[in-house]
Amino acid sequence: MAKDQTWELRLYIAGQTPKSILALNNITNYCEEHLDGRYSIEVVDLLKNPQLAEGDQIFAIPTLVRKLPEPIRKIIGDLSNKEKVLVGLNIRPVKS
Amino acid sequence: MAKSKKTSFLKTPTGINGLDEITNGGFPTGRPILICGSAGCGKTLFAMQFLVKGITEFNEPGVFMSFEETGEDLSQNVRSLGFDLEKLKAEKKLRIDYVRIERSEIEETGEYDLEALFIRLNHAIDAVGAKRVVLDTIESLFGGMQDISLLRSEIRRLFQWLKEKGVTAIITGERGENMLTRQGLEEYISDCVILLDFRVIDQIATRRLRIVKYRGSTHGTNEYPFLIEEDGISVIPVTSLKLDYKASEEIISTGMPALDKSLSGGGLYRGGSTLITGTAGTAKTILAAHFAASSCKRKERVLYFSFEESPDQLVRNMATIGINFKPMIKSGLLHIHASRPSLQGLEMHLLVINKLLASLAPRTVIIDPISSLITIGSNSEVRGMLVRLMDTLKINRINALFTSLTHTGNTEYIDTTVDAVSSLADTWIDLTNEPYKADDRVRSLLIIKARGMGHHNSKQDFTITHKGLQFLQQKA
Repeated sequence: MAKDQTWELRLYIAGQTPKSILALNNITNYCEEHLDGRYSIEVVDLLKNPQLAEGDQIFAIPTLVRKLPEPIRKIIGDLSNKEKVLVGLNIRPVKS
Repeated sequence: MAKSKKTSFLKTPTGINGLDEITNGGFPTGRPILICGSAGCGKTLFAMQFLVKGITEFNEPGVFMSFEETGEDLSQNVRSLGFDLEKLKAEKKLRIDYVRIERSEIEETGEYDLEALFIRLNHAIDAVGAKRVVLDTIESLFGGMQDISLLRSEIRRLFQWLKEKGVTAIITGERGENMLTRQGLEEYISDCVILLDFRVIDQIATRRLRIVKYRGSTHGTNEYPFLIEEDGISVIPVTSLKLDYKASEEIISTGMPALDKSLSGGGLYRGGSTLITGTAGTAKTILAAHFAASSCKRKERVLYFSFEESPDQLVRNMATIGINFKPMIKSGLLHIHASRPSLQGLEMHLLVINKLLASLAPRTVIIDPISSLITIGSNSEVRGMLVRLMDTLKINRINALFTSLTHTGNTEYIDTTVDAVSSLADTWIDLTNEPYKADDRVRSLLIIKARGMGHHNSKQDFTITHKGLQFLQQKA
């Protein structure tokens, strides 16, 4: 994994629901811990911008999309399982 | 379209030919409708026609949410049916949202819901002001997600939401093994459930439709054949033989003065049906041709189905006995439709006949011979079709004439078509070849029945001359 790689993440929510807030808190914490400044999180509220759901093929809320590094990955849910999120985003390889 | 009957709720026309009649006016407005069936049975087309006709015929915009095919694929697939989705999209009457769920790129962790799907659907509905919605097929979600119980409750919520939104929605579902749909969607949609079926019987593919459930409405309960053709889907209602048509007092000529004289009315009643039976070479077609020519003479359009001869051959042959079809064809009074019976299934024949009836509005229909249709179906099917056909003709007060080939021997009572048609026909004429008398070939004619009028009761020998049919000794 290249050291200068930045993670571009996008979190889709629909209003300030407990699940969405939890998801945002979770991903912010994981990124702080493991990516140390090499990341950006954009929050898209579909209640305000419903037309954006189609582009990233969003059907569940909350959904975290890893735009960069490619390929695109998606994690749906409140992101409460840290291990799964880190593996899913390929921030940390699977432990053997 | 069916007459509006008293119903407790509104109905939305389906846009599918014949289905409104079966459903007594259409789908329940503002409610979800489940359409299920195995792969390839026409679910997607069915749903698409509901949307497209909704736009083009009833000015009700629609949204198609596809879980299987991309918008482009859909556009291409239905173009052959004459549906121009791109145009409707450009006019902002139709919106297609393709929901792609790729399990391999999705992880699940923690709680979530399908709110985004609701938002997408809501956005699409509001963008075009949709009254009609299709979800095709929502069961794809089950392949893409792990939390099945959550999915089920979300789907339940979605259907409820659609109801609140007031849209008439078609939800398609794949046929399951012991259930109507694989995921038991029928548990959630209880207002209207339609099952489509695709079978091959005797090498002829038939599609059938059945209304499993329609809460709060009367509906037909039979299996109805339906067809997918160049202009969409049509369902053929198996109309029960309603005996409430008006009987005409008017007499029309058979085109053969000698035969007219054998009937006490001096001809046949208008709107009646006539069956002419006989073995090969007994001049059935000639009688039919005279009947056709007399209708043309009255300036009444004739639709002639020829299942054994090409139009050209028929025209040539009839010219030799003094019937000139050419000017009649030219003036549009005579339309000859020739096809091989075995090319299509029975339903297809019936549909072709129905379509020509609708487009040409003939006053006289000739089917020559009706017996060749039996080669392509089982007896009960043939009978069912004939009943439907005769019913249609009766209701439209069309003069009908069928010829039927019987086999040598004691014919009348053993033949299937004769069996099926003769009881329905108003007039039945049987022709036979008589043993040679002197040097001449002699045929004889017997009027077996003629409802509502007296007739000759004995066999009469006749010949065919240039002047038409002549009895050898016309009895007083």
